Parts: sequence; structure tokens; C-alpha cells
Amino acid sequence: MLKLLERTHVRGESLAVLLVLIVIMAVLSPVTGSGVRVFLTANNFFNIILASATFGILAIGATFVISAAGIDLSLGSVLGLASVTGAALVVTLEMPWYFAIIGSLCAGAAAGAVNGFIVTRGRVPAFIVTLGMLGIARGLALIISSGRGIYGLPEEILFLGQARPFGVPTPVFILLFVALASHYVLAHTPFGHHTLALGDNENSARATGINIRRQRMMLYTISGLMAGIAGLIFTARVNTGDPTAGLNYELLAITAAIIGGTNLFGGRGSILGTMIGALIMGVLQNGLNLMAVQAYYQQMAIGAVLIAAVWLDQIRTRGRSLQ
Amino acid sequence: MSLLELSGVEKSFGPVQVLHGVNLTVDAGEVIGLVGDNGAGKSTLMKTITGVYTTDKGRISFDGADVTGRNPGERRESGIEMIYQDLALAPQQDVANNIFLGREPTKRFLGLLPGFVDKSKIDAEAQHMIDRLGVHVPSIHLPVGMLSGGQQQTIAIARALTFKPKLVIMDEPTAALAVREVESVLNLIRQMRDEGIATILISHRLNDVFEACGRIVVLRRGNVIADLKRDETDMAEVVSYIVGAHG
Repeated sequence: MLKLLERTHVRGESLAVLLVLIVIMAVLSPVTGSGVRVFLTANNFFNIILASATFGILAIGATFVISAAGIDLSLGSVLGLASVTGAALVVTLEMPWYFAIIGSLCAGAAAGAVNGFIVTRGRVPAFIVTLGMLGIARGLALIISSGRGIYGLPEEILFLGQARPFGVPTPVFILLFVALASHYVLAHTPFGHHTLALGDNENSARATGINIRRQRMMLYTISGLMAGIAGLIFTARVNTGDPTAGLNYELLAITAAIIGGTNLFGGRGSILGTMIGALIMGVLQNGLNLMAVQAYYQQMAIGAVLIAAVWLDQIRTRGRSLQ
Repeated sequence: MSLLELSGVEKSFGPVQVLHGVNLTVDAGEVIGLVGDNGAGKSTLMKTITGVYTTDKGRISFDGADVTGRNPGERRESGIEMIYQDLALAPQQDVANNIFLGREPTKRFLGLLPGFVDKSKIDAEAQHMIDRLGVHVPSIHLPVGMLSGGQQQTIAIARALTFKPKLVIMDEPTAALAVREVESVLNLIRQMRDEGIATILISHRLNDVFEACGRIVVLRRGNVIADLKRDETDMAEVVSYIVGAHG
């Protein structure tokens, strides 16, 4: 088991945190009519994964970028932009159903590519570029939709969010597929090795002939694409292209990546770790919901978790360098 | 014909001209010491050879081909390796991955998916390289950042030698090392020479230069002002060229 964790670059601690959290939430959650803890029902289990799927995919995008010592603050806004772009093409412009997919993915990837282009060509810090994009993408989403949700998507699209083939919600399948493919790319391809090396020491990457510009460009585009996929799932789940979709989701996504073991300063990152991080966030939210804790407090809890995770990591790194 | 041939290489950064038409040749298996005061243009010159900097004027040919327009990756392919003073290692990645960085061998995963890094091949060949260099490294699975300065230097050299280079440029490889580690680096340079690999050694430590190099080139204000055979010169003469006191 330990060897498996090591091989997959998953931190033992984050898995332990997840298990402890599950036990706490199970004990504290209310009891159903038939005497079972609500938290432990199969239905609730799917609720957690369903809720985690959207920001889980965003967190995968965040993992790619942060592993390379970058940051993407625009994830949540790009999700919103992707959501309304797909819906507007199909509902407002009455194009065939699959344009919702094409539109969402292209809008996400395009926003990511713009981030990457300005970061690499203009040498503007990623923090500033993606913070700017946070505003631009959200504004654009509101303009496209005139500030209102775009309702009424075709059956084919709703299938992606609401259907349950084999009893499992479709978004869960999508998340699994995206996570496995991303794990393959980050942990087992030269592209992944170059991503971690770039985040570890840019000079090292340059000296070994890695094309740094192309690498960064692709990483930000991947991040945007993930926001596009998440936007599509969001649209399908609520049957709406929603311009306010994904508000504050960058907080959830970055937190999930960091508590999953991705180094905020680059050089280390694992998709499987991020998935555990996303589950921790999902369990936390779900458990607090079941205990009827107000949403305002939940927002605070998530912010606190992010700060605590980075703080603990700093203490650990300092301890290591003192050895 | 020489392995490396620079003719009239010029390079400016904005209004500051750093290289004023440098001519330099290096033969296969030759070990050259490149010396000069701080700001003489040594690092800039080396980076024009590796392709990190483009040249404003002049021509660089390597192994019979004009490489002036090629990028660093392509020049590395053609056999030019550089070991930087800061070593340019990725501290959180393990020893084996560092040695193969930028040149990972791949296979098909389960015979299907392409581009799967062949980690077992990387580990085996990295271990082989480390053993060949005859240096002790605790484990090739350790992150490079956990090794000592001398061990890290060895990893950087191993990375340079793994793909059978024809020319290795070393920037101050002995500056941060303990006495015993210096000896092992100089031995490695001799070993490389015997295998026909040319070396350009940049160093402020003239003792090391005289011990390892057959020819000493002095750079001053972006010009080659002396090109001396070791057996026909002495430290005093080299120093006088470096400080500009020579007739």
C-alpha cells in the first residue's frame, strides 16, 4: 500500500486526512428514517463525487500549471464563460446539440491560450495575467448572456450532467476519464517530466533544450481546456448556461491541488493526489451541508484549509532543509 | 579540420558590445582552458556556442556543419553539451530523471498508448553511467537536492556524457568543490580526453587549468588576446594577459 502511494506520488497524509474527515462527518451527520447515517448512503456518496466533479476537473488544470511554478486564477471565470458560450450556440443561435460541447471546450482552451500567450510572449507574471482574465472572462460571460441564465438545452447535453448509466452519474465517468488521461500525461510522458522540471528549475529545463515557451503555452491551454470541460458539465447538470457559474471555484480548485500534494512553488504535482484533495473538499462541503452549517461559514472553512495546507508544507520543507 | 570553429563572432546586449569578433578553434579530444577577468565575455561566448544566445555577426561551425542558426536543443543533439556553474539540475526530481531530462526514452504503455517514459530503462542506464564515472552516489532514486555539492557536480557531468557528446563546456566546475572532489573532476576531464571528447574549461583557478588543459585561451574585453600552448607558457605570462599588462 505504502509502495503504491509512493509510486503514484500520492501523499499518505492527504489520504489519512480524507479518511479521518469521512469518519468525523459520518459520526456527526444526522440519521435517516431507516436508522442509517445520511452521510453514508450511496446517494450521498454520489452527491459528493458529483459536486466534486466540476471543481475536481478544474483542480486538474490547476495541478498542471502549479507544478510548473505557474498559477491560474481565472479557472472559475473561464468555467462560466465556457458554460454560456456552449449554451448560447445551441439555445440562442439554434445550432446542433454538439456545438455546446465544441463551444464550451473551445472557449475554455482559447481563454487558456490567451493566458499562455501573454505569459510567455509578454513576460507578464501569470498571477497578473490570470487575475486579469478572471475579470475579462466573467465580464464576457455576462455580456454574451445579457446577465441571465440561458435555459433549455437538448437531451443529448443533459445526458452529460444528469443521466446515470449503470447507476453512476455521467460526470463521474467524465472525471475518471479526464483524471486518468491527465495522470498518464503528467506522471508518465516526457511532457510531464518537462513540466515538473520547468517548475523545479527553469534554468535546468532551458539547459537541457526543453522548449519552455511551448511548454508554458500548452500548460495554460490545458488549464483553460479543463475549465471548458467543467463548464460543459455544469451547463448539463443545471440545464443552464450560467454566467455566474464557477464563481470562487478557483479557490476550491487550487486548494484541492495543494492539499493533494502539489508544490505551490512548482516541481512536484500528482493528479491522483489532486483527486484526493478534491474529495477532501467535497466531503468537507457535503458534511457541513448535512450538519446545516451556513454557506458563509463553509466559504471561510475552505479558505482556512488552503492557508493551513501551505503553512504545513512550509514547516515541513523548512524542517527538511535543516536536516 | 577542427571540431569547433568560431569566426568573427560578435554579440551585443543593447548598446553594450560584449564580443568583438571572436575567432576560436577546438580540435577533437583537445582540452582548452578559457580564462579571463570578470566581464571579459567568457560566459557570453559559451552561450553563443550552446545556442542559448544568438550571434549578431559571425559564423559557428561544429563537426563540419554550420550551426549558427540552430537552437540549443538542436545543438545538444549534434553533440555540444554544457555544464553550467549553477549545474542547472532540477532539485526535486530524482538523479536518474535529471540525467535523462529533455531526452527521455519512451515506449508504448501496454503496447498501445505512445509516449510512455521508460523509467526502468532510465534507471538502469543512469546507474550504469554513475558506475562508469566511478563516483559514489547513495541512490539514483534520491532527489538531486539532497546530495552534496560534489555529488551534484557528478550528476551534471553524467548528464552531459550520457549521450556521447563531442564537445563538453564546463563553467567553473571546481569553484565550489572540496580538494578531493576537484581531483575527481580533473580526472574525469582526462578520462573524457582519452575517449576523444573535447573540453572547454572555464575557470578562475589557474592551477586547475594548467593541470588539465593543453592549450590556454585568454579572453579580454570580448577579444581573444592570447592563444598559448601550456608547455610553452607559464602562469605569470597568462596572468599578465588576463590583467592586460602584457606588452
